[in-house]
Amino acid sequence: MRRENREREAGVMAVPSAEKFYAMLRSAAVAGLRILDEVPVIRIGTATCGIAAGALLVRDTFRDELNKRGIEARVMEVGCMGHCYAEPMVIITKPGFPSLCYNNVDEELAIHLVDDFLARGDPCYEFAMAALEPNDFFPTFQDFPRGIYEEKMILGDCGLIDPQEIDHFLARDGYLALCKALQTESNQVLQEIKKANLRGRGGAGFPAGEKWDMARKAPGEIKFVICNGDEGDPGAFMDRNILESNPHLVIEGMIICAYCVGASRGFLYIRSEYRQAVCRMERALEQAREKGLLGERILGSNFSFNLEIFTAAGAFVCGEGTALVKSMEGKMGIPEHRPPELAESGYLGKPTVLNNVKTFCYVPPIILRGARWFRDVGTPESPGTAVFALAGKISAPGLVEVPMGTTLRQLIDDVGGGVPHGKRFKAVQIGGPSGGCLPEQALDIPIDFDSLLGAGAMMGSGGIIVLDEDDCMVRIARFFLNFTQEESCGKCTFCRLGTRHMFRILDDIIRGKGEMGQLETLRRLAEDIKIGSLCNLGKTAPNPVLTTLRYFFDEYRAHISEKRCPALSCPELTVYFIEPKRCSKLCNVCIGSCPVEAIFTRDDGLKAIDQEKCVKCDNCLKACPPDYSAVIKLSPLSLLDERLGKNK
Amino acid sequence: MQEKDLIPVLERIQKKYGYLPLQALKSVARELGVPAVQVYGAATFFKQFRLNPPGKYQIEVCMGTACYMAGGQVALDSFERRLKIGVGETTPDGEFSLERVACVGCCNLAPVAVVDNVVEKNVTPTRVDGILLSLGLSEENKENKENSNAQGK
Ligand SMILES: Cc1cc2nc3c(=O)[nH]c(=O)nc-3n(C[C@H](O)[C@H](O)[C@H](O)COP(=O)(O)O)c2cc1C
Ligand code: FES
Repeated sequence: MRRENREREAGVMAVPSAEKFYAMLRSAAVAGLRILDEVPVIRIGTATCGIAAGALLVRDTFRDELNKRGIEARVMEVGCMGHCYAEPMVIITKPGFPSLCYNNVDEELAIHLVDDFLARGDPCYEFAMAALEPNDFFPTFQDFPRGIYEEKMILGDCGLIDPQEIDHFLARDGYLALCKALQTESNQVLQEIKKANLRGRGGAGFPAGEKWDMARKAPGEIKFVICNGDEGDPGAFMDRNILESNPHLVIEGMIICAYCVGASRGFLYIRSEYRQAVCRMERALEQAREKGLLGERILGSNFSFNLEIFTAAGAFVCGEGTALVKSMEGKMGIPEHRPPELAESGYLGKPTVLNNVKTFCYVPPIILRGARWFRDVGTPESPGTAVFALAGKISAPGLVEVPMGTTLRQLIDDVGGGVPHGKRFKAVQIGGPSGGCLPEQALDIPIDFDSLLGAGAMMGSGGIIVLDEDDCMVRIARFFLNFTQEESCGKCTFCRLGTRHMFRILDDIIRGKGEMGQLETLRRLAEDIKIGSLCNLGKTAPNPVLTTLRYFFDEYRAHISEKRCPALSCPELTVYFIEPKRCSKLCNVCIGSCPVEAIFTRDDGLKAIDQEKCVKCDNCLKACPPDYSAVIKLSPLSLLDERLGKNK
Repeated sequence: MQEKDLIPVLERIQKKYGYLPLQALKSVARELGVPAVQVYGAATFFKQFRLNPPGKYQIEVCMGTACYMAGGQVALDSFERRLKIGVGETTPDGEFSLERVACVGCCNLAPVAVVDNVVEKNVTPTRVDGILLSLGLSEENKENKENSNAQGK
């Protein structure tokens, strides 16, 4: 009935074409933003990472200082550029100067910049990090080692536009792809995505075009599009960053998808811990609706699509498609057998397309620039770029986007700046709880969906944690198994009990209670869990153990047969000890640093640790002045007795 | 309202009361016409929901991969030691509650804790003391600790 009405109306009313509609929106946006070309603009990154580092204080300082001096300028809140190590980050664009980026800005530097740069005209190059555009004065990010590898297909606008103002997105040709798509036959749009061979960025790499095609062909009037923003990997934050920094890109991608498959409703499934992301997305949806880019008759066309947020209540397994859909239906998030695929029978039993946040982000640029453009980057089997969250023992942690096929070594050494503090690289954990730990010799593997599988790891969500010589591989395997055994929904026996059993064994090992025979049990359990689990949570849960067993067997052996943790990291196998030879009797910092008062002064004036009380918090080791470096760690425990015996 | 509104409804209740009172769960089951066991199941399945009232100050320690490897466990232990409660518990005076969360998105500041929605970076045991002191953890607690230490010697 409604549909008939709509069609009749469309026939009678002379609506402007999508193209005209869009042109109007865009020129209004551009006109509204013209002011930004005339006054200095101060962009402050206030995504979660920026706020955590103190960006709000910096923002307020800029505002206050500018007010005080009566300087006309715009202070703009933007998302994250991916240089998390440099937060709080500020970009100042002043007419007559290149846009300059300043890292680790605090109140003092903010005042300094207002005084010297904004009030006078000295850009303070000594504090600048990079310029945004090529110029004759200062290097740009492209001149950074990471600039050589980075290629931004979807992160390009993150950190530059104000995510809370749709005009910024529109002015940068946002929603132009949607406008183009709406004027093209939907099947043709779909074919472009297929031709691009866009593979899902949520982990498994399933071709998005095929999924959409299935949903398009599935019978039924009502279809749904869902964006998976659950991001359950405990070491990843790419999706959150995109949702916070450029929400409209995700919305645009989803609308285009809905147009292709003929869906009229969609959901953004975002975990409720991501308060900032939910908040910004809500505002973005509101603005898109106001502008006629979302809702009824988008851009004046006959196509209507409604989009809302579903806040997820937090369970790793709900990232899995069938579990996600069940949780949206008010049930516990427990995975189901497939087929039927979601594309045939998903939310409320209707055909449903579920894609990751990043997958949707690639859609608008592909529609705008064509499948060829996309396929020219990356590898033939995995075209395009990959987005990673780099963290752990790495000099420049943050969010990076590199072409598929970049090697892990390039990513870690060149893009991430390598392992800091002169420590030795040990391993890289990729793919979170479903991925694995790869050693030095595997670093030349190109990053794409298929190569990583061969090494026993997985692309997964894109979380990359670099580990150095101080990190214990058994401990990290135990960490992930603890995670999966807690998150297992309990449906499959092998997953529920098997992961718990594996966790117990690993726990024994790091406590020095393991036996060599248990390693075989671990391997067997791993195989059984892989076969006996329904969903990929169980099927991939053993990966962290299998890869560490494969590449770091020596560490397992040391824990078991020597009761020694080679990384000096497992508390049960390591003791802290103050070397009498090195201890200066005159200094007391270790005593002050100890949270449990375990350090005391011996009768001879030297400091010593009461092992009964010590909680192995590392405080004294960090506190002891580098000149003395008297606090050391010993493993196995028996070394302590040796030392004590010797030093008596 | 229907079955599919269950999670949003629970979320709204938790937003209002800070937790899910048992009485509320029963009403939800009645109103939505779903078995009470399903409501209870959902309330316990998802990590976001809690069945006991939170403290005045909520402390969430990040146990994401990066934070864990950078000493998140030590931070969590320190909070437990100082507050004398475990994860998921609230101090008897209702002042503090302690939770663990996974990756809050600022791994470069690891280990982190979220205290009343503000991210605290590099949470060492000393920093834990600082945080708790600034939130007014009563000096009594500290004295108790010193007494027990004195006795131990
Ligand atoms: C245990 C488990 C957790 C998952 N978590 C996520 C997640 O947090 N985000 C996500 O996009 N996909 C996740 N996935 C993958 C989804 O099931 C699904 O493959 C994906 O959302 C499809 O989108 P894509 O084709 O764009 O990758 C998870 C899968 C499993 C088995
Ligand atoms: S692991 Fe703690 S913030 Fe990412």
